[in-house]
Amino acid sequence: MAELHLTDDTFKKEVLESSIPVVVDFWAPWCMPCQIVGPIIEELAKEYEGKVKVCKMEVDKNRATAAQYKIMSIPAILFFKNGEVVDQQIGVVPKEALKEKLDKLLQ
Amino acid sequence: MFDLIIIGGGPAGLTAAIYAGRALLKTLLLEKLVPGGLVATTEKIENYPGFGSVAGMELAKKMEDQARKFGVEIVTEEVNTLAVMEENKIVRTQGNEYQAKAAIIATGTKPKNLNVPGEDKFRGRGVSYCATCDGAFFKDKDVAVIGCGSSGLKEGLFLLRFVKHISFVEFLPHMTAEKILQARIKKESNVAFYLEHMLTSINGEGNISSITIKDRKTGLEKNIEVQGVFIYVGLDPITDFLKGVVELDQYNYIITNEKLETSVPGIFAAGDVRTTNLRQIATAVGDGALTAFMAEEYITKPPLAEKQHID
Repeated sequence: MAELHLTDDTFKKEVLESSIPVVVDFWAPWCMPCQIVGPIIEELAKEYEGKVKVCKMEVDKNRATAAQYKIMSIPAILFFKNGEVVDQQIGVVPKEALKEKLDKLLQ
Repeated sequence: MFDLIIIGGGPAGLTAAIYAGRALLKTLLLEKLVPGGLVATTEKIENYPGFGSVAGMELAKKMEDQARKFGVEIVTEEVNTLAVMEENKIVRTQGNEYQAKAAIIATGTKPKNLNVPGEDKFRGRGVSYCATCDGAFFKDKDVAVIGCGSSGLKEGLFLLRFVKHISFVEFLPHMTAEKILQARIKKESNVAFYLEHMLTSINGEGNISSITIKDRKTGLEKNIEVQGVFIYVGLDPITDFLKGVVELDQYNYIITNEKLETSVPGIFAAGDVRTTNLRQIATAVGDGALTAFMAEEYITKPPLAEKQHID
């Protein structure tokens, strides 16, 4: 399954009320490092299908959620479990580092 | 077994890869993130000959495609160690070990931290090292840019699309940026310059409310109200994995001679990671070509003992 594109309206249902862990990549088209993370997120969405819900959220179009989580640096990747932020990653990191965090999320 | 391993896929590494590929060397390039390195995260490049103005991502992609075209294997793995056994260069990543006859180090640099009070506390919450990532979060706000080198001014010009006002703080009595960038920034009305000042702290409770700077001539301190701080005070080389392997200078850059040889035969260094006076795409590309040529010569030349015997 491809990654899920969230909006302020769908955030609550898809993330906070999700029965499985959720990863949200906050990004914007003008953010160069976000373009590096984007393809990694797409790969992770496929690799963790059914286990972790992998999502992207464009900050310009969804300011309320970005503000709520005090996002001031992107790419920012938030890891949710039972509606709570349990881990985060700001800035670009190798895919392996994100996989480690995802695996930890599943433990 | 490879002929050549290139560590780092910025312009230096990718150019070395293109030349090595064309020399028919069996070449592996290891890149921890994405080919292009620093270039890939640069919004716009205006000083690379032949391209006018080009998006960093686009230039990086072109270089990568060109390297792949000549048969270079590009793998996304971070290198943990480089060792020499007999004459072989052994490179270890998290999951793999690779061997080659020669190695080129082109790992580049990373932004330097300033290590002032408040920097860590507000990292990602008002302190940024990347205007193209975070600029838009500071729409109509007052911000400070620390460092008036080319990076500081270039990112400052980008920030002016969003912010209300920028206070530039420079440690030296003069700006070190390219003159064309200095001319552009001085034309702007909503900027202030604090030359020969140093940042001493970033202040605030939940969010940044001000910075404190100190006049290095008079010693007087003053507060400037800002909501964001962008830091461009230079770069640190990525050479942690090389300590004790090749000779580094006092700032941990790799020392090379005019052939770009390091202190270890068969290990070369190219681009921003070595001791040099200018760190640009144009210079990195030159380094990349030369190291590939020298590596080819090193791989194909007869061993020294044999040569002496012939002599």
